[in-house]
Amino acid sequence: MRRVKKSYKYVLAATAMLALGAAGCSSSTSGGSSSSDKVWDTATSAQAGGGMSKLIAAAKKEGQLNVIALPPTWANYGNIIKTFEQKYGIKVNSANPDGSSQDEVNAVKQENGTAAAPDVLDVGLAIAVPNASLFAPYKVATWADIPTAQKDSSGRWYEDYGGYMSVGYNSAKFGTITSLNQLLGPKFKNTVALNGDPTEANAALNGVLMASLGEGGSVDNIAPGVAFFHKLKEAGNFSPIQATAATVKAGQTEVVFNWDYLNTGSVVGSSTWKVFVPAGDVLGGFYAQAINKNAPHPAAARLWEEFLYSQAADGGQNLWLQGGARPVEQAEMTANGSIDTAAAAKLPAVSGTPVFPSLSQATKAENYLVANWANAVK
Amino acid sequence: MAVASTTQTGARPVRAGRRLSVPAWVGTVPFLGYVGVFLLLPTAIVIWGSVRNSTGFQFSNLKLLGNSVVRSYFVGSVELAALSAAIGALLGAILAYAIASGNPDGGVRRFSLAGSGVLAQFGGVALAFAFSATIGPVGYVTQATWFYDFPQGILPIYVYFQIPLMVLVFLPAVDGLRVQWREAAESLGGSTWHYWRYVGGPLLAPAFTGALLLLFANGLSAFATIQAWENQIAYTVPQQISVAISSEVGTANPSEADVLALGMVVMVAIIMTGYALLQRRAARWLR
Repeated sequence: MRRVKKSYKYVLAATAMLALGAAGCSSSTSGGSSSSDKVWDTATSAQAGGGMSKLIAAAKKEGQLNVIALPPTWANYGNIIKTFEQKYGIKVNSANPDGSSQDEVNAVKQENGTAAAPDVLDVGLAIAVPNASLFAPYKVATWADIPTAQKDSSGRWYEDYGGYMSVGYNSAKFGTITSLNQLLGPKFKNTVALNGDPTEANAALNGVLMASLGEGGSVDNIAPGVAFFHKLKEAGNFSPIQATAATVKAGQTEVVFNWDYLNTGSVVGSSTWKVFVPAGDVLGGFYAQAINKNAPHPAAARLWEEFLYSQAADGGQNLWLQGGARPVEQAEMTANGSIDTAAAAKLPAVSGTPVFPSLSQATKAENYLVANWANAVK
Repeated sequence: MAVASTTQTGARPVRAGRRLSVPAWVGTVPFLGYVGVFLLLPTAIVIWGSVRNSTGFQFSNLKLLGNSVVRSYFVGSVELAALSAAIGALLGAILAYAIASGNPDGGVRRFSLAGSGVLAQFGGVALAFAFSATIGPVGYVTQATWFYDFPQGILPIYVYFQIPLMVLVFLPAVDGLRVQWREAAESLGGSTWHYWRYVGGPLLAPAFTGALLLLFANGLSAFATIQAWENQIAYTVPQQISVAISSEVGTANPSEADVLALGMVVMVAIIMTGYALLQRRAARWLR
């Protein structure tokens, strides 16, 4: 039964990829048959390596893909990995699912040259940009549909999905919340939490930055956000533990600052969980994909990227969307009609123009936090 | 092969003779190998990493230790380790004395010792959760408002594993006190105060101080427990090492982690040297 199902998927995959790879067929097929496996070590696109069908064949031959720091409940990654495995018959080895972006880069450096080194990374921009020399330039078939500002021009990293900072809360207990100032009230004792330590975790840093926007600060000035958390702490409302689905269920973190795609009722596992993006204080953030320059499975790594940026109904872009994240090619997909409209309609409503902190703004915020965060909430 | 060799009875004396010719130090090779790989090598890597950056030797990393923010992690670590060690040592010593003065073959003693053996190893996420579930913000028994205050909130959690450790390391010393000594003191007209001031106290002092240092080192190095208690603010050195290694917001600094670890190595080295000296002193009375 299972085998039948799998081979059916192979056929589907092959057909889909043949269609996708049609453009690639016109390219030169200079890769000699003897060195064809080596081609993918450095190929900068599927076309440059000999076309999509060759990429799939080489990836299947490798048979494995090492991914790192991809929690199954994060932006639908559990489902994305399963779909990729079934589609191509490639085993995905998922290391350190709760690791940080820096842990990913550490693994690339420390495990360099071993079969266990990560093939592909999903990292924050603050990590992607300074470490670009560790990554292999590669442009997916849908490269043109990624907005120019959201990718490295030489293809070493490219943003993949993102969302807006939001506040999730238990509506059964608190009713409806619409502003951050409500959270200073006495009924929120010990409940308001971030997704990690803001001097360490990107999502937590952005949580403080979002509070800053609401308190009269800006992406250039995080100080009012730190002051807000100081007030929360003074009121006894700050919960100093990292919010997870488990802490929400245990009632330890009934108000959570987090990316909207991690803050949905389905991720948290609660039907009374509601989420809002503060009106006028919309803070956005994207993660980025990159391929390890010395990936132990170079073809599988490149196929993974093609899969993630595929606009097909079961491609990565729509799968991220189904997980509540906003795929980087969303605008183009909305225009060309390939987007999953039902999933797009479920995204939390946003009013106001989103702001995206630049790398230097994020660094500035970070430096302020290192010096002031601990004292504000101790 | 194995079967064949056992049937060759004539070869046995020869093999036994060869065995004797193996130098005695060979037996320590596994131990030395273990210590080398898991203690000396990591220490060397930490020292190497703390004086280097990507370009070459860089002793300026060590200046981090003078930074006031960095110093606050060491202050936090020492404060927590010292308080938990002092309370744990005091309560553990009283408990050890109570156990020692009971029936040496009794059930209470066996139960307390077995319990201490287990509880001294009870730490990390499980212990932090146990406290959180009983007296945390949504605790089952009570909701302590100070649960997330430092160090009051984490202190009882640390003391919980310090007391049984104290019992384990201090009980042999208390057992070493002979009844005859007390009888001798009493027959010479000494009071209980005199006995403890001039006989029991001085005898136990080295062992007590040594155990105190061991508890201090134990409290200093604990990471999982405090990280599971709260993980938004780095109070202690191990927590900040974690931040320095895995911060994804641009402040990751492996050199800082190495420098902090070096500071810990130095502190623990001093403590353990003191412990070893005191143990040597204490051992005199336990022979």
